Amino acid sequence: MSESIKITPPISDDVIMKLKIGDRVLISGKILTGRDSAHKRLYDLIQAGKSLPVDIEGQIIYYVGPAPAKPGYVIGSAGPTTSYRMDPYAPLLMEHGLKGMIGKGVRSQIVRDAMKQFKAVYFAATGGAGALIAKNIKSARIVAYEDLGPEAIRELEVEDFPVIVANDAFGGDLYQEGAKKYRR
Amino acid sequence: MSNISSDKIVDTVARLCVEANYFLGKDMLQAFKNCIEKEESETGRDILNQLLRNAEIAEKEQVPLCQDCGFAVVFLELGTEVCIDGSIVDAINEGVRKGYTEGYLRKSILADPVKGKNTGDNTPAIIHTTFVPGDKIKITVAPKGGGSENMSEVKMMKPADGIEGVKDFVIDRVLRSSSNPCPPTVVGVGIGGTFEYVAFLAKKALLRNIGDRNQDPFYADVERELLQRINDLGIGPMGLGGRTTSLDVFIETHPRHIASFPVAVNINCHVARHKSAVI
Repeated sequence: MSESIKITPPISDDVIMKLKIGDRVLISGKILTGRDSAHKRLYDLIQAGKSLPVDIEGQIIYYVGPAPAKPGYVIGSAGPTTSYRMDPYAPLLMEHGLKGMIGKGVRSQIVRDAMKQFKAVYFAATGGAGALIAKNIKSARIVAYEDLGPEAIRELEVEDFPVIVANDAFGGDLYQEGAKKYRR
Repeated sequence: MSNISSDKIVDTVARLCVEANYFLGKDMLQAFKNCIEKEESETGRDILNQLLRNAEIAEKEQVPLCQDCGFAVVFLELGTEVCIDGSIVDAINEGVRKGYTEGYLRKSILADPVKGKNTGDNTPAIIHTTFVPGDKIKITVAPKGGGSENMSEVKMMKPADGIEGVKDFVIDRVLRSSSNPCPPTVVGVGIGGTFEYVAFLAKKALLRNIGDRNQDPFYADVERELLQRINDLGIGPMGLGGRTTSLDVFIETHPRHIASFPVAVNINCHVARHKSAVI
């Protein structure tokens, strides 16, 4: 098995262009969280020409709504949610500097085209492995939209957060390639 | 006649909500292990191993397996000789409130489907009641995640479509779902009844343990065939390619109207949660 590539946001275009589908990547440093409602709010702000409550330039957004933290824990279980629900919003965020998305499940052609156009990458994390993934999260704090509860935007400090490149900036799609390889 | 206190129902439901979210069924763990041996994709094996580790951590640390702790779907088999001191619906919802709050489970229910606003305690539960002879209550809590639920479908097929039509519909539904329902999945299929009842059948099918075949050899064969065809799609663990797309397919049937042929597919993720108790 190929060795993992280590990355830390903010992510430059040089780093993006080195990532190919199937690559194992370990992310360390700070990433943002956001899912359905938070995406709609960010999208609406950009459309209205207003500034965002968080800087997304060069950043990675993890599609997650964590479980509440037990006492003594920094976060509850925190696996990825299904990404296609963020498809209507993702291209505009990439246009405004977003470089990476972490989630689970296939993306639309429009999102895949936007990754090529704006040089961005989509990472797959293991859905349903929320207890395991939480081990790679060292701290969590809400940075916007506290009223959204599990959907609030958090800044996570992660260490060797394991993901796989599912869509790269060259139009590659691991979901299509993978299924083709093992179909009978 | 037996008297069952609402407090007992509250405590039982609360315990089942927590246990279903912390402890994966032994049948599922064994299925993961069996699939690791057969999985041809290295990424696929890696993901299945992660799922085993995830279950170990969740059990040891008593934390939810998945952050989506689900809609609390409750199946009641209510003995007709049971007397309860109060509302059983209130008691179940109180149990859900207690379990989800005290167990640090995520609350994912919006009070209004369009206007939103989280209810804050994961209530109300979805409750399916059947009446059975006797003086006991069997309570099954099956928390259902949104990602896999969204890949489910009801289709009013033509009687002429027959069993081949059913098979093609199931395969097509799984194919279109691709990676979204967190494969390896468990696939529940309802055939017959009415529009609303067939969806219930598909959901009820998900309460079976891996390997439990339909009692009717005809449907047992269809279950085996569908499982093979689904795994031949190559979708694989988390949709990244592989030979493990579903762990099992369960079919439940019901008599139908001569004009109708309802079929439902309800997909469960690999965190296939269901815990039961008899009180």
